[in-house]
Amino acid sequence: MHGETDMNEGGPSGRFAPSASPLVHPHVVTERSPATTSDLSFRASAAKALGDVQLRANFRRAMDGLMAKRAAQFPDPGDLQELRDLGTAVRARSLLRLPELLEQLEASCSRNGIQVHWAETCDQANALILGLLQAKGATRLVKGKSMVSEEMHLNAFLESHGIESLESDLGEYIIQLDHETPSHIIMPAIHKNKGQIARQFSQKIKDAKYTEDVDELTALARKVLRQKFLEADAGLSGVNFAVAETGTLCLVENEGNGRMSTHVPPLHIAVMGLEKVVARLEDVAPLYALLTRSATGQPVSTYFNLISGPRAEGEKDGPREVHLVILDNGRSRIYGDPQLQATLRCIRCGACMNHCPVYTRVGGHAYEAVYPGPIGKILTPQMEGVGLRHDLIHGSSLCGACSEVCPVEIPIPDILVRLRREATHADAGSKVAGKGTGRTAAEDLAWRAWAAVLKRPGLYRFSVWFATRFRRFIPGGLPLLKAWTMSRTKPLPAPRSLQERLRSEGLPRV
Amino acid sequence: MSDARPDSRSAILARLRAAGSGGPLPDLDTAVLERRRWTPAERVRRLRQGMEAIHAEFLEARPDDWPAVIRAFCEREGLRTLLFGPTTEAGRRLAEAMAGSATTLRPYDAPVETFKAELFQSVDAGFTTTLGGVAETGGLLLAPGPREPRLLSLVPPLHLALLRASTIHDTLWSAIRALGWGQAAPQNALMISGPSKTADIEQTLAYGVHGPKRLVVALVDDLPGSPK
Repeated sequence: MHGETDMNEGGPSGRFAPSASPLVHPHVVTERSPATTSDLSFRASAAKALGDVQLRANFRRAMDGLMAKRAAQFPDPGDLQELRDLGTAVRARSLLRLPELLEQLEASCSRNGIQVHWAETCDQANALILGLLQAKGATRLVKGKSMVSEEMHLNAFLESHGIESLESDLGEYIIQLDHETPSHIIMPAIHKNKGQIARQFSQKIKDAKYTEDVDELTALARKVLRQKFLEADAGLSGVNFAVAETGTLCLVENEGNGRMSTHVPPLHIAVMGLEKVVARLEDVAPLYALLTRSATGQPVSTYFNLISGPRAEGEKDGPREVHLVILDNGRSRIYGDPQLQATLRCIRCGACMNHCPVYTRVGGHAYEAVYPGPIGKILTPQMEGVGLRHDLIHGSSLCGACSEVCPVEIPIPDILVRLRREATHADAGSKVAGKGTGRTAAEDLAWRAWAAVLKRPGLYRFSVWFATRFRRFIPGGLPLLKAWTMSRTKPLPAPRSLQERLRSEGLPRV
Repeated sequence: MSDARPDSRSAILARLRAAGSGGPLPDLDTAVLERRRWTPAERVRRLRQGMEAIHAEFLEARPDDWPAVIRAFCEREGLRTLLFGPTTEAGRRLAEAMAGSATTLRPYDAPVETFKAELFQSVDAGFTTTLGGVAETGGLLLAPGPREPRLLSLVPPLHLALLRASTIHDTLWSAIRALGWGQAAPQNALMISGPSKTADIEQTLAYGVHGPKRLVVALVDDLPGSPK
């Protein structure tokens, strides 16, 4: 049971290949050492995914359904825009006061009996959690869904220390059985169809018979997981919103596994990225309204759980201890840039991936990142280094569907363009991880040649004459041209330059 | 424990402060939330519509007969045990009405550790009161605590909830404000809109994945002008 490791689409080696030591996560780059070389290729894995007919059908069907359901929840464009503006303002205000709110959150939580811990890196957060579990002698952990714990590769880490770390969200449980990673931040097993899940359950769950009936499959998981909840020593969850004034951790879910994980075991550990804080509890209401509608097209989730403390005096259940781990992992660096800071407004609804023409075609695993889709394309390079994830920044047509549906109006295309520049230019004032490391020799040479030609009028005129007269004979396999002609027809220069045509029309030379 | 790494804490906060991100805070225009207002009767209709769409079931009752309505439901469904909080006013009334019933009332009056396996394996249903409801989307508001423990509405396969029509708020936003949760949040508070569900297998909805398979709301019509 490892949260990372092999994917069934068999991405290129490197990123998710099982490592000899589960402690080594070569792709988790701490902010002090942004990686500079890339062994990851979105281009290659996307090309492979495009050839997988079953995968494409699974995603196409799911994304079409999600887009329609979201649209049905926002029948009035005026109301939607007002709600988005409010949600955006709530998140922007939170970020403007971030350090102050985090301190207030810590104080409020402490007052409520929730113990707060800070981690700069994933390694620190993992060690903290291991320490909390070991202090209680816990060996069985049940987990509610948490993308931050995916970011930390917590399951693999805990398993390597002899602690069972069991995903209890049905989708997460399904992919954990196959040692896969989530292919969508809301619906982690969306790449699988029920036939695949039926086979998997019948092979991997004791005494399970083969069935493709979704109710029967769900009942099977319920039976296994209820026993696990009953026996668990500890529960772990993410946090959708953390409220500074009241010291409240908000959890949004449909299944009830989040409540099971946070209320049944004697110990509850919550993990959150440091951007999740909001000032007041009522600020959460518009964000919640946007989150469920944008994510799955539901006006409301089954459960909206507000946790403000462990079992109190006189209470008969609930955890004896609640801990909150606040993780940085590069977020404070992103925060340092006024434009890129908008990345941290994200409420993780996944609408950007549901509406992305690229994501729909290649699926989540092709991104070889914890966070796929448009938000992943701006978040992953900023966390791991723009040079290392150069291909992600460029794997977009900049069509803008993501920012159009984003409930908190993150300008994803603008940020992508900015990161493209950061990848090739090492500006002194920039705080972007791996800035300038995406520059390639070929690209460099091309720009130099371009500059050299433009600075010399004679050479420029000759080049234009040559390109127009021999336009049909320019080989499509030339180093830079090849990147274009691989999947497109070769561009054909005009037979005469604009200057020549103007002169032949009798217009003065410009 | 909480300051095991004071260095991480101060390093993170120092980096955030160094960003010096200032500027005026944008205004919060909540007009879009404030507009959502309905009459009491319309609130009831909306709540039912929203919750029935996701498989919540409703029992209609009056202020004086709801315990009898619940008893009849339990017996009709053949429930053997109904877990409840015995010290609330509603709990006392229910206990009176259930005397001699084929459904055994089981009080949740001891720490969960004393009967955890029984709770998971042999309780048929749990009964809770609610603090109110949310009309806009449908939803029940609960604040579990010493009198009505947290797992009462989660672990038994059927959750039976008592809702008084007069306590239904317009929106979650207005409910949070009216209940004062923003000033003093209960140790645990939650909104429940239906039975536990998932769509993780091929986007197909399936009910009763981890929590209750059924949510049954005993809706008490206590609006002014309604027949007593």
